[in-house]
Amino acid sequence: MSTTTDTPVAAAVDATARARDLLGVSRLTNQALTTWLHGLPGVDQVGCEARAAALATRSIKTTSKQWAIDLAISMIDLTTLEGADTPGRVRGLAAKALLPDPSDHSTPRPAAVCVYGDMVATAKEALGASGVKVAAVATAFPSGRASMAVKLADTRDAVRAGADEIDMVIDRGAFLSGDYLTVFNQIAEVKKACGDARLKVIMETGELVTYDNVRRASWLSMLAGGDFIKTSTGKIQPAATLPVTLIMLEAVRDWRDLTGEMVGVKPAGGIKTSKDALRFLVTVNEVAGEDWLSNQWFRFGASSLLNDLLLQRQRMTTGAYSGASYIADDSPSTAY
Amino acid sequence: MPTFEYAPAPESRSVVDLRTSYGLFINGEFVDGGGTAFKSISPATEEVLAEVSEATDADVDAAVKAARTAYTRVWSRMSGADRGKYLYRIARILQERAREFAVLESLDNGKPIKESRDVDIPLAAAHFFYNAGWADKLEFASLGPNPRAHGVVGQIIPWNFPMLMLAWKIAPALATGNTVVLKPAETTPLTALLFAEVCQQADLPPGVVNIVTGAGPTGQAIVDHAGIDKLAFTGSTGVGKMIARAIAGTRKKATLELGGKAANIVFDDAPIDQAVEGIVNGIFFNQGHVCCAGSRLLVQESIADEVERRLKRRLDTLRVGDPLDKNTDVGAINSRAQLDRIVALTDAGESEGAERWDNGCELPSKGFWFRPTVFTGVTQTHRIAQEEIFGPVLSVLTFRTPQEAVAKANNTPYGLSAGIWTEKGSRILWMADQLKAGVVWANTFNKFDPTSPFGGYKESGYGREGGRHGLEPYVKTGA
Repeated sequence: MSTTTDTPVAAAVDATARARDLLGVSRLTNQALTTWLHGLPGVDQVGCEARAAALATRSIKTTSKQWAIDLAISMIDLTTLEGADTPGRVRGLAAKALLPDPSDHSTPRPAAVCVYGDMVATAKEALGASGVKVAAVATAFPSGRASMAVKLADTRDAVRAGADEIDMVIDRGAFLSGDYLTVFNQIAEVKKACGDARLKVIMETGELVTYDNVRRASWLSMLAGGDFIKTSTGKIQPAATLPVTLIMLEAVRDWRDLTGEMVGVKPAGGIKTSKDALRFLVTVNEVAGEDWLSNQWFRFGASSLLNDLLLQRQRMTTGAYSGASYIADDSPSTAY
Repeated sequence: MPTFEYAPAPESRSVVDLRTSYGLFINGEFVDGGGTAFKSISPATEEVLAEVSEATDADVDAAVKAARTAYTRVWSRMSGADRGKYLYRIARILQERAREFAVLESLDNGKPIKESRDVDIPLAAAHFFYNAGWADKLEFASLGPNPRAHGVVGQIIPWNFPMLMLAWKIAPALATGNTVVLKPAETTPLTALLFAEVCQQADLPPGVVNIVTGAGPTGQAIVDHAGIDKLAFTGSTGVGKMIARAIAGTRKKATLELGGKAANIVFDDAPIDQAVEGIVNGIFFNQGHVCCAGSRLLVQESIADEVERRLKRRLDTLRVGDPLDKNTDVGAINSRAQLDRIVALTDAGESEGAERWDNGCELPSKGFWFRPTVFTGVTQTHRIAQEEIFGPVLSVLTFRTPQEAVAKANNTPYGLSAGIWTEKGSRILWMADQLKAGVVWANTFNKFDPTSPFGGYKESGYGREGGRHGLEPYVKTGA
């Protein structure tokens, strides 16, 4: 299984020029974006949810379960995003990422530790050259209600402190009011401010509500240069549901058909159990395809999920459940 | 990077306690039949599951007499509320023994366990629950004045949904106060015989339900028996016509649920990803052994290539194999005879010039199997556009305008079902009005519910099953 997260970011392209090219317009206007996004095929809610429910009935056993649990662990962005975060808590999370299961050193490491911008330096110092990335939420996370100058400063600050990845939020107000050009421009500018850091675009699907909106927001985020599309901040319910993730996986699949480029997907918030994680991996496998089955292209934004995966992993290794008391937990979380 | 292989996840067979041989269920007891016993095999492995009695004319006569006696002495004298209690009891037992029924159904029929577990058996129980509720409310079902039972009903059911078709037949018959002689298909008799045990477990009065096994001659004996007041048949149009001829001029009533060649119509504004799912569900559900299967895809020409590309990509992910594996999407073809028919018709499709594609999946070495297959470039004149294949084979045709879609959809002797995929509500209503089909699905396909009537136009038969309408054929009204 590939666990590399080191692939260089695609050469910086001028998002607006490329969008003009893809849309076949001489000037990128809100009207042009609206026509394009509203021309995407609709999503039938009942059918979409039925498909997700059918995928959730797959039964993953024995060797394939073992393989999938390790893969899921390697895809986690181990997250703490609380007002009460302290350097101690972040170091604890980093230690957990470096050695997820002290009783079994063959356990893979999560992909990244995800923190607020002011904790990046602490996380970076703790993780060093381990290969575990530091992801920072930025752009006035979670609401995104700030001026563009503040959002860019927030981003640059995190990148300067050493963030490998930036998780930005889109302006849902602008999106819902039909101002797609503003959303596009903000993503494109944040992408520039990211430099070499990979950009995850949080759409906060719980506030977009309809699957049609999720599909349009996914395409808009990819068009503007997002390296990942991400469901949620984790602060709004519902967060990462399987049907929403299914729509996003269809979007990245179709985007590759159109452009030849791959974009990653990150469901975040609400995925707590190994069983849940396996359902998402089955959906990745059968909708986007096996190319997305690596932490370069798929992530879970989660905190408590890791411990359940470790518990299941121990059970498959030893044949017995150990229990929560036997899983090291430096960072009992309340947010996720 | 290794691919995500799903390890085998087989459902356990141990829940099913198969006997080596089964008799006929007459007057509440299992008795030996007078005919030559036959074997029921698993179509996935050709393994013999059990030996089953063949009912002769004399056995059918005994069953009809038992049903008549039960009708006269017990069932017709019982209040609707009390009949309802038995139906509720049967429904609850079916739920309790659901896993047993699901495993046996998949063994005997070859259908994937996920379908027998999630569709066939829960729906069968739901039909008993639904009809149980009507048993004491028949006067309020708008059936006409003084609704009452015909008496003894003869029922002949097919092999594609053995337990579900049994429920569709027996539940409304008993709710309305009739007694029953039922013949399951000769390739799939086992769940009906397990149902006979459920009747015993529920203390259903002897003779109210009688189950006779056998092939065509046994069915003929039921059709011809003078003691039968009403017939209900689900199966091929050919046999349906024979039954209609046989009872012409007699006092026997009949409902016939026959074949189909449904059009699944996809417009250019359809929700494409869900439409692809609907196409797959329409024709590959239950190996395409579905009378209302969406076997003709009518796709608007402007999106035909796109739909075809997405459909084939989706079919590459279908898992064909062991029906008892929980991850199997497409199971075994029910019999050698049916497989031969599918092969003959697909060969005809190829030789008549349609372009054949299948997903190239590996097939087990034993048993009866057919790859999910798509024919493109099909025209109305091709046999695969006209004849019911009853297998996992889709014929793709194109259209340019809604009028053309309607004309092509209706250009068939059948008229059982149709599907419409569009985001435009007004077009759905207009299309539904124009299509000569008993069931029209909009932005979905193959959805069934006990509250919803089901039945056909033209050579797809007459009469309705399910819902309030499904009670009508089982009662007479008036003074």
